Amino acid sequence: MRDLTEAFLELIRRTSTDLPPDVERALEQARQAEQPGSAARGALDTILENVALARRGSSPICQDTGTPIFTVHHPTGWSTRELRRQIRQAVARATELAYLRPNAVEALSGRNSGDNLGDDSFPTIHFEEAEGETLTVDLMLKGGGCENVGAQYSLPHSGLGAGRDLEGVRRAALDAVHQAQGQGCAPGVLGIAIGGDRGSSFLASKAVLLRPLDDVNPDAALAELEARLMREANELGIGPMGFGGATTVLGVKARGMHRLPASYFVSVSYMCWAHRRRRMQVEGETVRYLDRSEA
Amino acid sequence: MIQLTLPLSDAAVRDLHVGDPVSLHGVMVTGRDAAHKWLVETFVRKTRPPQDDDAQAAEALAPLLAGGAIYHCGPVVAGLETREYRFVAAGPTTSSREEPYQADVLQHFGVRAVIGKGGMGARTLAACQAGPAVYLHAIGGAATLIAQTVTRVVGVHKLSFGVPEALWVIEVLAFPAVVTMDAHGRSLHAEVEARSRAALDRLFTS
Repeated sequence: MRDLTEAFLELIRRTSTDLPPDVERALEQARQAEQPGSAARGALDTILENVALARRGSSPICQDTGTPIFTVHHPTGWSTRELRRQIRQAVARATELAYLRPNAVEALSGRNSGDNLGDDSFPTIHFEEAEGETLTVDLMLKGGGCENVGAQYSLPHSGLGAGRDLEGVRRAALDAVHQAQGQGCAPGVLGIAIGGDRGSSFLASKAVLLRPLDDVNPDAALAELEARLMREANELGIGPMGFGGATTVLGVKARGMHRLPASYFVSVSYMCWAHRRRRMQVEGETVRYLDRSEA
Repeated sequence: MIQLTLPLSDAAVRDLHVGDPVSLHGVMVTGRDAAHKWLVETFVRKTRPPQDDDAQAAEALAPLLAGGAIYHCGPVVAGLETREYRFVAAGPTTSSREEPYQADVLQHFGVRAVIGKGGMGARTLAACQAGPAVYLHAIGGAATLIAQTVTRVVGVHKLSFGVPEALWVIEVLAFPAVVTMDAHGRSLHAEVEARSRAALDRLFTS
Protein backbone atom coordinates (compact mmCIF):
# COMPACT_ATOMS: atom_id res chain seq x y z
CA MET A 1 0.00 0.00 0.00
CA ARG A 2 1.40 3.40 -0.97
CA ASP A 3 2.29 6.06 1.57
CA LEU A 4 -0.25 8.89 1.40
CA THR A 5 1.05 10.88 4.39
CA GLU A 6 2.10 13.83 2.17
CA ALA A 7 -1.26 13.78 0.41
CA PHE A 8 -3.10 13.86 3.76
CA LEU A 9 -0.89 16.76 4.85
CA GLU A 10 -1.88 18.69 1.72
CA LEU A 11 -5.56 17.90 2.39
CA ILE A 12 -5.19 19.34 5.90
CA ARG A 13 -3.36 22.44 4.63
CA ARG A 14 -6.06 23.15 2.06
CA THR A 15 -8.88 22.55 4.51
CA SER A 16 -7.43 24.85 7.17
CA THR A 17 -6.39 27.69 4.88
CA ASP A 18 -8.79 27.73 1.91
CA LEU A 19 -12.53 28.14 2.47
CA PRO A 20 -14.72 26.16 0.01
CA PRO A 21 -16.16 28.26 -2.85
CA ASP A 22 -19.82 27.65 -1.95
CA VAL A 23 -19.26 28.96 1.60
CA GLU A 24 -17.37 32.02 0.37
CA ARG A 25 -20.15 32.76 -2.15
CA ALA A 26 -22.76 32.54 0.60
CA LEU A 27 -20.74 34.93 2.79
CA GLU A 28 -20.45 37.39 -0.11
CA GLN A 29 -24.24 37.27 -0.58
CA ALA A 30 -24.70 37.80 3.16
CA ARG A 31 -22.37 40.81 3.02
CA GLN A 32 -24.46 42.42 0.33
CA ALA A 33 -27.63 41.89 2.35
CA GLU A 34 -26.37 43.97 5.29
CA GLN A 35 -26.66 47.76 5.54
CA PRO A 36 -23.47 49.61 4.58
CA GLY A 37 -21.88 51.05 7.72
CA SER A 38 -23.55 48.53 10.06
CA ALA A 39 -21.56 46.36 12.49
CA ALA A 40 -22.88 43.28 10.65
CA ARG A 41 -21.57 44.55 7.32
CA GLY A 42 -18.23 45.39 8.94
CA ALA A 43 -18.00 41.89 10.41
CA LEU A 44 -18.58 40.29 7.00
CA ASP A 45 -16.07 42.66 5.34
CA THR A 46 -13.48 41.52 7.87
CA ILE A 47 -14.44 37.86 7.47
CA LEU A 48 -14.09 37.97 3.67
CA GLU A 49 -10.82 39.89 3.86
CA ASN A 50 -9.52 37.29 6.31
CA VAL A 51 -10.56 34.43 4.01
CA ALA A 52 -8.57 36.00 1.15
CA LEU A 53 -5.53 36.65 3.37
CA ALA A 54 -5.51 33.09 4.72
CA ARG A 55 -5.68 31.63 1.21
CA ARG A 56 -2.89 33.88 -0.06
CA GLY A 57 -0.60 33.29 2.92
CA SER A 58 -1.51 29.62 3.41
CA SER A 59 -2.29 30.28 7.07
CA PRO A 60 -5.26 29.05 9.11
CA ILE A 61 -8.56 30.85 8.43
CA CYS A 62 -9.41 30.43 12.12
CA GLN A 63 -6.99 29.73 14.96
CA ASP A 64 -9.39 27.11 16.30
CA THR A 65 -8.64 24.37 13.81
CA GLY A 66 -11.05 22.22 15.76
CA THR A 67 -11.39 18.48 15.82
CA PRO A 68 -10.10 17.12 12.54
CA ILE A 69 -12.90 14.80 11.36
CA PHE A 70 -11.89 12.44 8.54
CA THR A 71 -14.39 10.31 6.65
CA VAL A 72 -12.61 7.69 4.58
CA HIS A 73 -14.23 5.60 1.85
CA HIS A 74 -11.68 3.00 0.81
CA PRO A 75 -11.59 0.24 -1.81
CA THR A 76 -11.71 -3.38 -0.70
CA GLY A 77 -8.44 -4.65 0.72
CA TRP A 78 -6.96 -1.38 2.01
CA SER A 79 -5.55 -1.48 5.53
CA THR A 80 -7.48 0.93 7.73
CA ARG A 81 -4.82 0.51 10.41
CA GLU A 82 -2.18 1.76 7.98
CA LEU A 83 -4.43 4.62 6.78
CA ARG A 84 -4.99 5.65 10.39
CA ARG A 85 -1.24 5.67 11.02
CA GLN A 86 -0.62 7.88 7.98
CA ILE A 87 -3.44 10.27 8.83
CA ARG A 88 -2.17 10.66 12.39
CA GLN A 89 1.35 11.29 11.13
CA ALA A 90 0.04 13.95 8.74
CA VAL A 91 -1.94 15.62 11.56
CA ALA A 92 1.17 15.82 13.75
CA ARG A 93 3.20 17.21 10.85
CA ALA A 94 0.48 19.78 10.01
CA THR A 95 0.62 20.90 13.65
CA GLU A 96 4.39 21.39 13.45
CA LEU A 97 3.88 23.49 10.33
CA ALA A 98 1.22 25.60 12.11
CA TYR A 99 -1.59 24.62 9.73
CA LEU A 100 -3.29 23.21 12.85
CA ARG A 101 -3.27 24.37 16.46
CA PRO A 102 -2.37 21.72 19.02
CA ASN A 103 -5.89 20.96 20.22
CA ALA A 104 -5.86 17.55 21.91
CA VAL A 105 -6.28 18.14 25.64
CA GLU A 106 -6.50 15.16 27.99
CA ALA A 107 -9.72 15.75 29.91
CA LEU A 108 -8.57 14.63 33.36
CA SER A 109 -5.06 16.09 33.58
CA GLY A 110 -5.67 19.08 31.28
CA ARG A 111 -2.47 18.18 29.47
CA ASN A 112 -2.22 19.28 25.84
CA SER A 113 -0.44 16.56 23.84
CA GLY A 114 1.18 19.29 21.73
CA ASP A 115 0.91 17.37 18.45
CA ASN A 116 -2.88 17.10 18.07
CA LEU A 117 -2.80 13.37 18.70
CA GLY A 118 -5.07 12.09 21.41
CA ASP A 119 -6.96 8.84 21.78
CA ASP A 120 -8.58 7.01 18.85
CA SER A 121 -11.26 9.71 18.53
CA PHE A 122 -8.72 12.51 18.21
CA PRO A 123 -8.42 13.05 15.33
CA THR A 124 -11.77 11.44 14.50
CA ILE A 125 -11.55 8.98 11.61
CA HIS A 126 -14.56 7.15 10.16
CA PHE A 127 -13.81 4.26 7.79
CA GLU A 128 -16.22 2.80 5.26
CA GLU A 129 -15.49 0.25 2.53
CA ALA A 130 -16.70 1.43 -0.88
CA GLU A 131 -17.24 -0.02 -4.37
CA GLY A 132 -14.56 0.63 -7.00
CA GLU A 133 -10.88 1.54 -6.88
CA THR A 134 -11.07 5.15 -5.65
CA LEU A 135 -10.08 6.26 -2.17
CA THR A 136 -12.19 9.24 -1.10
CA VAL A 137 -11.35 11.21 2.04
CA ASP A 138 -13.47 14.06 3.35
CA LEU A 139 -11.97 16.27 6.02
CA MET A 140 -13.94 18.72 8.13
CA LEU A 141 -12.39 20.95 10.80
CA LYS A 142 -14.98 21.77 13.42
CA GLY A 143 -14.03 24.35 16.04
CA GLY A 144 -15.00 24.33 19.70
CA GLY A 145 -17.05 27.53 19.76
CA CYS A 146 -19.63 26.15 17.35
CA GLU A 147 -19.40 22.64 18.77
CA ASN A 148 -20.38 24.02 22.19
CA VAL A 149 -23.64 25.50 20.88
CA GLY A 150 -24.82 22.26 19.30
CA ALA A 151 -27.90 20.84 21.03
CA GLN A 152 -29.94 17.68 21.28
CA TYR A 153 -33.67 17.61 22.03
CA SER A 154 -35.77 14.68 23.11
CA LEU A 155 -39.32 15.15 21.82
CA PRO A 156 -41.94 15.78 23.01
CA HIS A 157 -40.64 18.95 24.68
CA SER A 158 -43.33 20.79 26.58
CA GLY A 159 -41.33 24.00 27.12
CA LEU A 160 -41.10 24.46 23.36
CA GLY A 161 -44.53 23.01 22.60
CA ALA A 162 -42.66 20.56 20.37
CA GLY A 163 -44.33 17.26 19.51
CA ARG A 164 -43.03 14.31 17.51
CA ASP A 165 -43.46 15.77 14.04
CA LEU A 166 -41.79 18.23 11.67
CA GLU A 167 -43.35 21.15 13.52
CA GLY A 168 -41.63 19.86 16.67
CA VAL A 169 -38.35 19.59 14.75
CA ARG A 170 -38.81 23.19 13.54
CA ARG A 171 -39.30 24.46 17.09
CA ALA A 172 -36.26 22.59 18.41
CA ALA A 173 -34.03 23.86 15.60
CA LEU A 174 -35.15 27.49 16.00
CA ASP A 175 -34.62 27.25 19.75
CA ALA A 176 -31.07 25.99 19.15
CA VAL A 177 -30.34 28.98 16.87
CA HIS A 178 -31.78 31.37 19.45
CA GLN A 179 -29.76 29.79 22.27
CA ALA A 180 -26.59 29.97 20.18
CA GLN A 181 -26.96 33.72 19.51
CA GLY A 182 -23.64 34.81 17.96
CA GLN A 183 -21.54 32.45 20.06
CA GLY A 184 -21.06 29.78 17.40
CA CYS A 185 -19.63 32.42 15.05
CA ALA A 186 -22.75 33.27 13.09
CA PRO A 187 -23.69 33.17 10.29
CA GLY A 188 -23.53 29.42 10.68
CA VAL A 189 -24.76 26.27 8.96
CA LEU A 190 -27.20 23.93 10.71
CA GLY A 191 -26.87 20.16 10.45
CA ILE A 192 -30.01 18.48 11.74
CA ALA A 193 -30.62 14.79 12.34
CA ILE A 194 -34.10 13.54 13.21
CA GLY A 195 -34.22 10.16 14.98
CA GLY A 196 -31.44 7.70 15.73
CA ASP A 197 -30.10 7.22 19.25
CA ARG A 198 -28.20 10.00 21.01
CA GLY A 199 -24.86 8.94 19.53
CA SER A 200 -25.87 8.12 15.95
CA SER A 201 -28.06 11.21 15.81
CA PHE A 202 -25.26 13.64 16.67
CA LEU A 203 -22.95 11.84 14.24
CA ALA A 204 -25.46 12.19 11.41
CA SER A 205 -26.04 15.87 12.23
CA LYS A 206 -22.34 16.43 11.51
CA ALA A 207 -22.26 14.21 8.41
CA VAL A 208 -24.97 16.30 6.68
CA LEU A 209 -22.71 19.34 7.00
CA LEU A 210 -20.61 17.83 4.20
CA ARG A 211 -23.42 18.58 1.74
CA PRO A 212 -22.87 21.59 -0.57
CA LEU A 213 -24.72 24.66 0.68
CA ASP A 214 -26.70 25.11 -2.53
CA ASP A 215 -27.92 21.54 -3.06
CA VAL A 216 -31.58 20.61 -2.61
CA ASN A 217 -32.67 17.78 -0.36
CA PRO A 218 -34.15 14.97 -2.54
CA ASP A 219 -36.83 14.40 0.12
CA ALA A 220 -39.54 16.98 -0.55
CA ALA A 221 -40.63 17.30 3.09
CA LEU A 222 -37.07 17.81 4.27
CA ALA A 223 -36.35 20.24 1.42
CA GLU A 224 -39.32 22.30 2.58
CA LEU A 225 -38.19 22.12 6.21
CA GLU A 226 -34.68 23.25 5.28
CA ALA A 227 -35.96 26.23 3.28
CA ARG A 228 -38.39 27.25 5.97
CA LEU A 229 -35.81 26.99 8.78
CA MET A 230 -33.33 29.01 6.77
CA ARG A 231 -35.90 31.79 6.30
CA GLU A 232 -37.14 31.72 9.89
CA ALA A 233 -33.69 31.47 11.51
CA ASN A 234 -32.76 34.61 9.61
CA GLU A 235 -35.96 36.32 10.83
CA LEU A 236 -34.54 36.02 14.36
CA GLY A 237 -32.23 38.88 13.40
CA ILE A 238 -29.23 37.64 15.41
CA GLY A 239 -26.96 38.40 12.47
CA PRO A 240 -23.23 38.02 11.83
CA MET A 241 -21.32 37.62 15.14
CA GLY A 242 -24.63 38.23 16.95
CA PHE A 243 -24.39 41.95 16.12
CA GLY A 244 -27.96 41.95 14.77
CA GLY A 245 -28.55 41.67 11.03
CA ALA A 246 -30.16 39.91 8.10
CA THR A 247 -28.11 36.70 7.97
CA THR A 248 -27.93 34.35 10.93
CA VAL A 249 -27.57 31.08 9.00
CA LEU A 250 -26.01 30.37 5.60
CA GLY A 251 -27.64 26.99 5.16
CA VAL A 252 -29.71 24.24 6.76
CA LYS A 253 -29.18 20.54 6.04
CA ALA A 254 -31.43 17.88 7.54
CA ARG A 255 -31.91 14.13 7.38
CA GLY A 256 -34.22 11.57 8.89
CA MET A 257 -33.06 8.34 10.56
CA HIS A 258 -34.60 5.29 12.11
CA ARG A 259 -35.42 5.56 15.79
CA LEU A 260 -36.76 3.45 18.62
CA PRO A 261 -40.49 3.70 19.23
CA ALA A 262 -39.68 5.34 22.59
CA SER A 263 -37.14 7.88 21.31
CA TYR A 264 -37.45 10.93 19.08
CA PHE A 265 -34.19 12.90 19.08
CA VAL A 266 -33.53 16.08 17.18
CA SER A 267 -29.81 16.79 17.05
CA VAL A 268 -28.53 20.11 15.85
CA SER A 269 -24.88 20.57 14.95
CA TYR A 270 -23.93 24.18 14.42
CA MET A 271 -21.09 24.92 12.03
CA CYS A 272 -19.46 28.35 12.20
CA TRP A 273 -19.09 30.53 9.09
CA ALA A 274 -15.55 29.11 8.75
CA HIS A 275 -17.03 25.91 7.37
CA ARG A 276 -13.78 24.16 6.51
CA ARG A 277 -14.36 21.00 4.52
CA ARG A 278 -12.34 19.49 1.68
CA ARG A 279 -12.27 16.24 -0.25
CA MET A 280 -9.36 14.24 -1.58
CA GLN A 281 -9.61 11.43 -4.13
CA VAL A 282 -6.89 8.94 -4.93
CA GLU A 283 -7.11 6.82 -8.04
CA GLY A 284 -3.95 4.92 -9.01
CA GLU A 285 -1.16 7.48 -9.00
CA THR A 286 -3.49 10.47 -9.25
CA VAL A 287 -4.41 12.54 -6.18
CA ARG A 288 -7.14 15.17 -6.62
CA TYR A 289 -8.32 17.77 -4.13
CA LEU A 290 -11.76 19.22 -4.46
CA ASP A 291 -14.73 20.33 -2.49
CA ARG A 292 -18.02 18.47 -2.23
CA SER A 293 -19.63 21.39 -4.04
CA GLU A 294 -17.34 20.68 -7.01
CA ALA A 295 -17.46 16.89 -6.85
CA MET B 1 -12.65 54.45 14.04
CA ILE B 2 -11.52 55.32 17.57
CA GLN B 3 -7.78 54.89 18.19
CA LEU B 4 -7.01 53.36 21.60
CA THR B 5 -3.54 53.05 23.08
CA LEU B 6 -3.00 50.59 25.93
CA PRO B 7 -3.03 51.00 28.90
CA LEU B 8 -6.38 52.82 28.95
CA SER B 9 -7.33 55.71 31.20
CA ASP B 10 -10.69 55.67 32.98
CA ALA B 11 -11.75 58.65 30.88
CA ALA B 12 -10.90 56.87 27.62
CA VAL B 13 -12.98 53.88 28.75
CA ARG B 14 -15.97 56.04 29.70
CA ASP B 15 -15.82 57.76 26.30
CA LEU B 16 -16.60 54.45 24.59
CA HIS B 17 -20.15 53.44 23.68
CA VAL B 18 -21.82 50.35 22.25
CA GLY B 19 -21.36 50.30 18.49
CA ASP B 20 -18.07 52.23 18.40
CA PRO B 21 -15.46 50.64 16.13
CA VAL B 22 -12.01 50.79 17.72
CA SER B 23 -8.41 50.19 16.71
CA LEU B 24 -6.10 49.06 19.51
CA HIS B 25 -2.38 49.71 19.87
CA GLY B 26 0.10 48.57 22.49
CA VAL B 27 0.65 45.58 24.75
CA MET B 28 -2.10 43.15 25.75
CA VAL B 29 -2.26 39.70 27.35
CA THR B 30 -4.10 36.65 26.03
CA GLY B 31 -5.95 34.57 28.57
CA ARG B 32 -8.79 32.08 28.27
CA ASP B 33 -10.25 29.19 30.25
CA ALA B 34 -7.22 27.85 32.13
CA ALA B 35 -5.84 31.37 32.69
CA HIS B 36 -9.06 32.74 34.19
CA LYS B 37 -9.52 29.75 36.49
CA TRP B 38 -5.86 30.02 37.56
CA LEU B 39 -5.98 33.78 38.17
CA VAL B 40 -9.15 33.62 40.22
CA GLU B 41 -8.40 30.50 42.27
CA THR B 42 -4.79 31.41 42.99
CA PHE B 43 -4.86 35.19 43.43
CA VAL B 44 -8.43 36.38 43.95
CA ARG B 45 -10.30 33.70 45.95
CA LYS B 46 -7.03 32.05 47.05
CA THR B 47 -8.61 28.60 47.19
CA ARG B 48 -5.47 27.11 45.68
CA PRO B 49 -1.93 27.88 46.92
CA PRO B 50 0.54 29.33 44.40
CA GLN B 51 2.72 26.61 42.84
CA ASP B 52 5.76 26.40 40.56
CA ASP B 53 6.25 29.75 38.84
CA ASP B 54 2.80 31.13 39.76
CA ALA B 55 3.97 34.02 41.93
CA GLN B 56 6.62 35.04 39.41
CA ALA B 57 4.13 34.97 36.53
CA ALA B 58 1.59 37.01 38.49
CA GLU B 59 4.22 39.60 39.36
CA ALA B 60 5.11 40.01 35.70
CA LEU B 61 1.48 40.11 34.57
CA ALA B 62 0.06 42.49 37.18
CA PRO B 63 1.49 45.72 35.68
CA LEU B 64 0.31 44.66 32.20
CA LEU B 65 -3.21 43.87 33.40
CA ALA B 66 -3.61 47.12 35.38
CA GLY B 67 -5.38 49.45 32.96
CA GLY B 68 -4.71 46.91 30.25
CA ALA B 69 -6.58 44.46 28.05
CA ILE B 70 -7.09 40.73 28.36
CA TYR B 71 -7.75 38.94 25.08
CA HIS B 72 -9.77 35.71 25.02
CA CYS B 73 -7.65 33.97 22.44
CA GLY B 74 -5.90 30.64 21.91
CA PRO B 75 -3.49 31.38 19.08
CA VAL B 76 -1.64 29.27 16.54
CA VAL B 77 2.01 30.10 17.24
CA ALA B 78 5.03 29.36 15.06
CA GLY B 79 8.63 29.18 16.31
CA LEU B 80 7.88 27.05 19.36
CA GLU B 81 11.17 25.14 19.11
CA THR B 82 13.44 28.17 18.76
CA ARG B 83 11.29 30.34 21.07
CA GLU B 84 11.25 32.95 18.31
CA TYR B 85 7.50 33.08 18.64
CA ARG B 86 5.30 34.40 15.86
CA PHE B 87 1.48 34.57 15.89
CA VAL B 88 0.11 32.83 12.80
CA ALA B 89 -3.61 32.81 13.58
CA ALA B 90 -5.17 34.60 16.52
CA GLY B 91 -8.92 35.22 16.44
CA PRO B 92 -11.04 35.48 19.59
CA THR B 93 -12.55 32.53 21.45
CA THR B 94 -16.08 32.47 22.95
CA SER B 95 -16.08 34.73 26.01
CA SER B 96 -19.14 33.41 27.85
CA ARG B 97 -17.09 30.57 29.35
CA GLU B 98 -15.20 33.17 31.42
CA GLU B 99 -18.40 34.66 32.84
CA PRO B 100 -17.90 32.95 36.25
CA TYR B 101 -14.44 34.57 36.56
CA GLN B 102 -14.37 37.76 34.52
CA ALA B 103 -15.82 40.21 37.04
CA ASP B 104 -13.27 39.11 39.66
CA VAL B 105 -10.39 39.45 37.19
CA LEU B 106 -11.57 42.93 36.15
CA GLN B 107 -11.86 44.12 39.71
CA HIS B 108 -8.79 42.47 41.24
CA PHE B 109 -6.29 43.29 38.50
CA GLY B 110 -7.81 46.57 37.31
CA VAL B 111 -8.27 45.33 33.74
CA ARG B 112 -9.96 48.00 31.58
CA ALA B 113 -10.79 46.04 28.41
CA VAL B 114 -11.91 42.49 27.76
CA ILE B 115 -11.56 41.38 24.14
CA GLY B 116 -13.37 38.32 22.88
CA LYS B 117 -16.40 37.19 20.95
CA GLY B 118 -20.04 36.40 21.64
CA GLY B 119 -20.38 38.82 24.55
CA MET B 120 -20.72 38.21 28.28
CA GLY B 121 -23.39 38.27 30.95
CA ALA B 122 -24.89 40.50 33.60
CA ARG B 123 -22.13 40.09 36.18
CA THR B 124 -19.42 41.18 33.75
CA LEU B 125 -21.59 44.07 32.57
CA ALA B 126 -21.96 45.25 36.16
CA ALA B 127 -18.17 44.96 36.62
CA CYS B 128 -17.71 47.06 33.46
CA GLN B 129 -19.87 49.78 35.01
CA ALA B 130 -17.99 49.64 38.30
CA GLY B 131 -14.53 49.43 36.71
CA PRO B 132 -14.87 51.27 34.46
CA ALA B 133 -14.18 48.69 31.76
CA VAL B 134 -15.45 47.72 28.32
CA TYR B 135 -16.02 44.56 26.34
CA LEU B 136 -14.56 44.75 22.85
CA HIS B 137 -15.83 42.28 20.27
CA ALA B 138 -13.26 41.01 17.80
CA ILE B 139 -14.42 39.21 14.66
CA GLY B 140 -14.63 35.48 15.36
CA GLY B 141 -12.65 33.40 12.91
CA ALA B 142 -10.75 36.36 11.44
CA ALA B 143 -7.58 34.74 12.70
CA THR B 144 -5.05 35.44 9.96
CA LEU B 145 -6.13 39.08 9.70
CA ILE B 146 -5.87 39.65 13.45
CA ALA B 147 -2.52 37.81 13.67
CA GLN B 148 -1.14 40.34 11.20
CA THR B 149 -1.82 43.11 13.71
CA VAL B 150 0.42 41.33 16.24
CA THR B 151 3.76 43.01 15.63
CA ARG B 152 5.70 41.25 18.38
CA VAL B 153 5.37 38.44 20.90
CA VAL B 154 6.86 40.00 24.03
CA GLY B 155 6.72 36.86 26.16
CA VAL B 156 4.64 33.98 27.44
CA HIS B 157 3.54 32.82 30.89
CA LYS B 158 2.19 29.44 31.99
CA LEU B 159 3.11 27.70 28.75
CA SER B 160 2.53 24.53 30.78
CA PHE B 161 -1.19 25.17 30.12
CA GLY B 162 -0.48 24.40 26.44
CA VAL B 163 -0.12 26.81 23.53
CA PRO B 164 -3.83 27.80 23.27
CA GLU B 165 -4.26 28.28 27.03
CA ALA B 166 -0.99 30.05 27.88
CA LEU B 167 -0.92 33.78 28.68
CA TRP B 168 0.85 35.39 25.73
CA VAL B 169 2.07 38.96 26.06
CA ILE B 170 1.75 40.58 22.64
CA GLU B 171 2.21 43.98 21.08
CA VAL B 172 -0.44 44.95 18.56
CA LEU B 173 -0.83 47.67 15.96
CA ALA B 174 -4.31 48.52 14.69
CA PHE B 175 -6.10 45.52 16.23
CA PRO B 176 -9.75 45.92 15.08
CA ALA B 177 -12.77 45.47 17.39
CA VAL B 178 -16.22 46.85 18.16
CA VAL B 179 -17.52 48.00 21.56
CA THR B 180 -20.48 45.73 22.39
CA MET B 181 -20.64 46.24 26.20
CA ASP B 182 -19.80 49.65 27.61
CA ALA B 183 -19.17 51.19 31.03
CA HIS B 184 -22.63 52.80 30.98
CA GLY B 185 -24.56 49.57 31.45
CA ARG B 186 -25.40 48.95 27.80
CA SER B 187 -24.91 45.56 26.16
CA LEU B 188 -25.56 44.93 22.47
CA HIS B 189 -25.77 41.22 23.32
CA ALA B 190 -28.59 41.68 25.81
CA GLU B 191 -30.45 43.79 23.23
CA VAL B 192 -30.04 41.31 20.37
CA GLU B 193 -31.01 38.45 22.68
CA ALA B 194 -34.23 40.23 23.71
CA ARG B 195 -35.16 41.14 20.12
CA SER B 196 -34.50 37.60 18.86
CA ARG B 197 -36.50 36.17 21.78
CA ALA B 198 -39.48 38.30 20.73
CA ALA B 199 -39.05 37.16 17.11
CA LEU B 200 -38.90 33.53 18.24
CA ASP B 201 -42.10 33.94 20.25
CA ARG B 202 -43.82 35.38 17.16
CA LEU B 203 -42.65 32.43 15.04
CA PHE B 204 -43.95 29.97 17.65
CA THR B 205 -47.37 31.56 17.86
CA SER B 206 -47.84 32.09 14.10
